Amino acid sequence: MDRGEPMREKRKMKLSLPKEEYMNSGHRGCQGCGATLAMRYALKALGQKTALCIPACCWSVIDGPFPYSSLDVPIYHCAFETAAVSASGLKAGLEMVGDSETTVVAWAGDGGTFDIGIQALSGVAERNDDIIYVCYDNEAYMNTGIQRSSATPWGAWTTTTPVKHYKDKPKKDMEAIMAAHRIPYIATASVGYPEDLFKKVKKAKDIKGTRFIHIYAPCPAGWKSRPEDTVKLARMVVQNGIFPLFEIEWGETYTLNIRPKERKPIDDYLKLQGRFRHLTDNEIAIMQKEVDSRWENLLSKVSN
Amino acid sequence: MKRLSKEIIIMKKNQDQTIVFESEKDVPLMPMSVGSMLWNKTGGWRNIRPVIDPENCLQCGICWKFCPDVAIHIQNEYPVIDYEYCKGCGLCAEECPSECITMVEEEK
Amino acid sequence: MRKVIMGNHALSFGAKLGRAQVIAAYPITPQTQVVELLSEMCADKTLDAKFIKVESEHSAMAACLGASLAGARTFTATSAQGLALMHELLHWASGGRLPVVMGNINRAMAPGWSIWSDQNDSLSQRDTGWMQFYCASNQEVLDTVIQAFKVSEKLLIPSMVILDAFTLSHTYEVVDIPDQERVDDYLPPFNPSIRLTPDEPHAFGGLTGPEHYFELRYKLQKDMEKAPALIEETGEEYEKIFGRYLGLVDEYQCDDAELIFITSGTMGSTAKVAVDGLRDEGIKAGNLRIKVFRPFPFEIVRKIVKRALKVAVVDRNISYGHHGMFYQEVKSAMYAQDYGVPLFGFIAGLGGRDITPLTFKEIAHQTLENEKPEEEIIWIGVNR
Repeated sequence: MDRGEPMREKRKMKLSLPKEEYMNSGHRGCQGCGATLAMRYALKALGQKTALCIPACCWSVIDGPFPYSSLDVPIYHCAFETAAVSASGLKAGLEMVGDSETTVVAWAGDGGTFDIGIQALSGVAERNDDIIYVCYDNEAYMNTGIQRSSATPWGAWTTTTPVKHYKDKPKKDMEAIMAAHRIPYIATASVGYPEDLFKKVKKAKDIKGTRFIHIYAPCPAGWKSRPEDTVKLARMVVQNGIFPLFEIEWGETYTLNIRPKERKPIDDYLKLQGRFRHLTDNEIAIMQKEVDSRWENLLSKVSN
Repeated sequence: MKRLSKEIIIMKKNQDQTIVFESEKDVPLMPMSVGSMLWNKTGGWRNIRPVIDPENCLQCGICWKFCPDVAIHIQNEYPVIDYEYCKGCGLCAEECPSECITMVEEEK
Repeated sequence: MRKVIMGNHALSFGAKLGRAQVIAAYPITPQTQVVELLSEMCADKTLDAKFIKVESEHSAMAACLGASLAGARTFTATSAQGLALMHELLHWASGGRLPVVMGNINRAMAPGWSIWSDQNDSLSQRDTGWMQFYCASNQEVLDTVIQAFKVSEKLLIPSMVILDAFTLSHTYEVVDIPDQERVDDYLPPFNPSIRLTPDEPHAFGGLTGPEHYFELRYKLQKDMEKAPALIEETGEEYEKIFGRYLGLVDEYQCDDAELIFITSGTMGSTAKVAVDGLRDEGIKAGNLRIKVFRPFPFEIVRKIVKRALKVAVVDRNISYGHHGMFYQEVKSAMYAQDYGVPLFGFIAGLGGRDITPLTFKEIAHQTLENEKPEEEIIWIGVNR
């Protein structure tokens, strides 16, 4: 790791996130994996006194096989449908053995949240159990080879929605579902905005009750995008309004965190992903309209 | 390689040895991790590698921030790539505001 | 303190005296009274536990597993459909070495909807790595829950304490409810050396390849093999403190028996009445009620049946395409033992059809009339 001495004067680096890492190198994430960025930032905000419940998802493989782990916090690899309630049980157990400090976090993919895990999540939210639920969303069942989930956006190719029959249902509105449970805190976040993600996780950590954070995590392998575009995609998706960054408190108070002066059209975003390559201009226009109307709808709820 | 004795070894930071269980007596009761993944030198995954030009480096920390593999470390106020683990994804080069990181082909 | 309580409440008192710390349960007939009483006990703080009112049995077991991994003592209860819904997680509990104790009310599996007594639900789970205790009295239920916590936590293997629907779950009997202090003497707090904590971070249950899985499961079986001796040992300990022995089986008049019934659950107490009746008629009958079905008590079953002239196993269940499951297991225990004792396999009482002393009289008649069983499966009480 040699390099020559720079000619310019050295100055102190100011990092926008704490330096301490809780995730190690050597994990099995693909090149440019958004899910690993999400974990890296979230753990910086959560700190050592954290316990993760990870159901079947990419992260159950990324972490590494028995007898290894790439994280410095404990993990309970739990059954697919149970992320939320396993976290609940873990939290209850920890409290009964005298540990009420450890933050228990369910860390699930979109499949384990929107589909198979939604019952347990709804139960936990209704009871307002004291856990943080993080969904890192790569918009399909990526771990099992890119099958569609209810988080897959309209128009996307997946192995179960091939080009001739691409996904013709919209992405499930998980924020609306969680807001209906009236939990204290809901937030969307993106790996393209790490400082915002960090802030939100930190904020969630200090709230009691069920907290839901939905992180947009691009997947080069499943989206057929270039690994180096992951962060760019995660920024564009916020800038064009497909995945706005906002918070909802108690299911009622909406705060928009990033309000682009002028939303970019979605074409450039779609062009960078092979999973949208088959879309005609007409179809893209339909998508654009949908994005526009959802954006207006969100703005109408926002109080800031 | 580390051969386990009867005691369960607590996961330590920076421990990069693979683990071999001599017999079932060494295997923990339930499947639980007893070591880190640092033995997995993912640098072998690359076809291209990032090279930082310190001349033009702004010391902004953005490359460090966006590495999914924690393979960029800050040393003496400059980012340094850990080629043992760098997978060559190119995010650092793509995000660098001064474009001072170049992706070059790995030698065969 | 002696109290008249129902079988379901005996489960609740067992969990309370066992100082369960986390309870997660979902209501299902005929288990509801178990969780209702526990709910009350948690609410008025006579039991210091967290009660998670989950939205399904699958979530109930999932919550128990999370709590158990944290090092808390956990309890739940269910029946039939609920137990079946938990199936995936039953494997998780045993493979994860989490000593959850669960009450299961034996109820017939749907369709059609049935709430009555039948053993298929719990026996369908016999391969999941749980210990199974089939009880025949409310007292036995309460005592067994306490013993189950002790044995499970020593071996790190989960247990289920099983009651017949209505005939045990809803029947009121006099039960001696032990003092908490004396139970505390018998049952120390759950203190696992390995638990999930950030102070010593591990990833539990990660991807396990063929190079490791085999050893993990070998260890589970090896520990399960220690259970019979441990159950007898803890059963003797229980007798010293509370005056009631808790063993693997309940032998009645087997010493000189020529015809032995092998039964389980409440029909085991009905069988005793039948044995008395048969003895009055000069027939040397005896009853072996198998209490612990998993791990299967090979030694003691062999020891008792080898002296008999005929053995009649009565199953309130059937493994379709084969035979009743107690019959299967007794038969396999007797294989190659060379006892020469003919084994008769009876199926009775499915879906809650009553098993009475007359049922046993019929069973005795059919067994004594024939040198060997004429049919592999002998159905008692089916309207043919």
